[in-house]
Amino acid sequence: MSSLVLPVRDVARSAPPVRVNDQDISGAARLSRGSALGLGTAVLWLSLLVLLPLAAVVVQSFGGGLGGFWASITRPGALNALKLTIGSSLIVSAINSVMGTLVAWVLVRDRFPGKRLLDLVVDIPFALPTIVAGLVLLGVYGAESPVRINLLGSPIGIVIALLFVTFPFVVRSVQPVLLALDREAEQAAACLGASPPTIFRRVVLPLLLPAIASGAALSFARSMGEYGSTLLISGGLDGARVSSMYIYQQIQSFDFAGASATATVLLAVSVLVILGLEVLQQVAARRG
Amino acid sequence: MASGRNATVLRSIAVVYVALLVFVPLVVVTSETLGAGWSVFWSAVSNEQAVTAFRLTIETAAAAVAVNAVFGTGVALLLTRSRFPGRRLLSALVDLPISVSPIVAGLALILVYGPVDGWLGPYLHGAGIDIIFALPGMVLATAFVSLPLLLREVVPVLAEEGVDQEQAARVLGANGWQRFVRITVPTIRPALLYGIVLTLARSIGEFGAIRVVSGNVSGAGQTQTVPLLAVERLERFQPGAYQLAFILMITSMLTILVVFFRRESLAGA
Repeated sequence: MSSLVLPVRDVARSAPPVRVNDQDISGAARLSRGSALGLGTAVLWLSLLVLLPLAAVVVQSFGGGLGGFWASITRPGALNALKLTIGSSLIVSAINSVMGTLVAWVLVRDRFPGKRLLDLVVDIPFALPTIVAGLVLLGVYGAESPVRINLLGSPIGIVIALLFVTFPFVVRSVQPVLLALDREAEQAAACLGASPPTIFRRVVLPLLLPAIASGAALSFARSMGEYGSTLLISGGLDGARVSSMYIYQQIQSFDFAGASATATVLLAVSVLVILGLEVLQQVAARRG
Repeated sequence: MASGRNATVLRSIAVVYVALLVFVPLVVVTSETLGAGWSVFWSAVSNEQAVTAFRLTIETAAAAVAVNAVFGTGVALLLTRSRFPGRRLLSALVDLPISVSPIVAGLALILVYGPVDGWLGPYLHGAGIDIIFALPGMVLATAFVSLPLLLREVVPVLAEEGVDQEQAARVLGANGWQRFVRITVPTIRPALLYGIVLTLARSIGEFGAIRVVSGNVSGAGQTQTVPLLAVERLERFQPGAYQLAFILMITSMLTILVVFFRRESLAGA
């Protein structure tokens, strides 16, 4: 199962510590000078590319102390952008939880001509450059909308853009769980007279919840940081300026402290989501 | 249970939702492109600005893929083959770029490599190395946002494979380089190639992070890649935005097919 979304940690954690015992590892960890050099280079690269820059954002945002940070993120422009970003991300995650589960269910349990095509199409939002999606949204729902729906500068336009780019997350996290599900419990429930909706609600849904939650968390995190697909439909208007656009605007006016403060909030959300997923997995693993 | 009216209703909802959300964009881009005609398409992709944008996109993507392939393999080995304090933290951290806003990624790089106020930028600038508003910064930004894609493919394979074969080779007298070339590389080759395809697709379409670090320069000393140029054309009501989008779309469709057939073959195996 090779999806574009599975976090590396999930797979890394589910497989290796079980098979590679400490003796093996310590044997492998006695590094020759050559491989130690290689590994050192890898760490240095990671530091220069990811760790140092992200640290710089956090340091910059607290340049004026905690008070300066607070003042930066409670500025009306920053605050409105954060509210819109969080609000639309929550709505999008909720819709994805329902529609993603529904589509995964149809993909696993139903049979119909064209099902493989549907399965193929689900991945498109991950591969399509976000700016292409943004272009299309503007074409369909912009000021010269052929369907007479003008969403330029409207939060609804932002939500539709986010729904597009995050659509696969829940589908691709629920689908494998549904595939691996043992159907005996459902059959037993059916024998005992439960109706299909009852069976879904009482038997299937509880087993799917961890997968739905992790897909929803990933789409929330992605929505919080999305830029390309939402930029054009926002029309650069105040009512549709998400936090990424606000940060870009501050960079353009050389307000790095203000940009970094909002960026730190977004980073904190990403870290929280990743930690939350970690906890969720451990809980699920303990239960399973 | 999958029979009857319920199933039909669910199926219809799923198909209509996916069609409206995902299929419409493809149809719109294609019809806008084809509707404008061949000569418009040709001039949109062949003028000087577009050719420079294509060259910059290819250079940036190729360099980002190369550094991520080399260092990504190194980091994957580090995560699966050695034990050190903070290994779990590191394995969580390398996943962070996927959920970090591309704008934040760009900002982060400017704060370190910016030529005036950056942490390291002024020294590099003094040494004649410009990173921000130049190709190296665009490569760094692209490598940043696409970093987890390759790792997600290679790490599970290395973890699954364990160290048995490498230890056998060691016992038989192979040195580190020989073990890497003859054991490790053949093991991870499919995952590595697949990771490269995903990284390439992501790199070609990267917009936000490159927009920040490149300075979005058009004209002399152009740093605009294809996605940036498409947006500029749209914002300035110039023709040719959809034509560029069409080319980006075709590239990503090819990626989708690779992903799809790989999943099918893994499921079949």
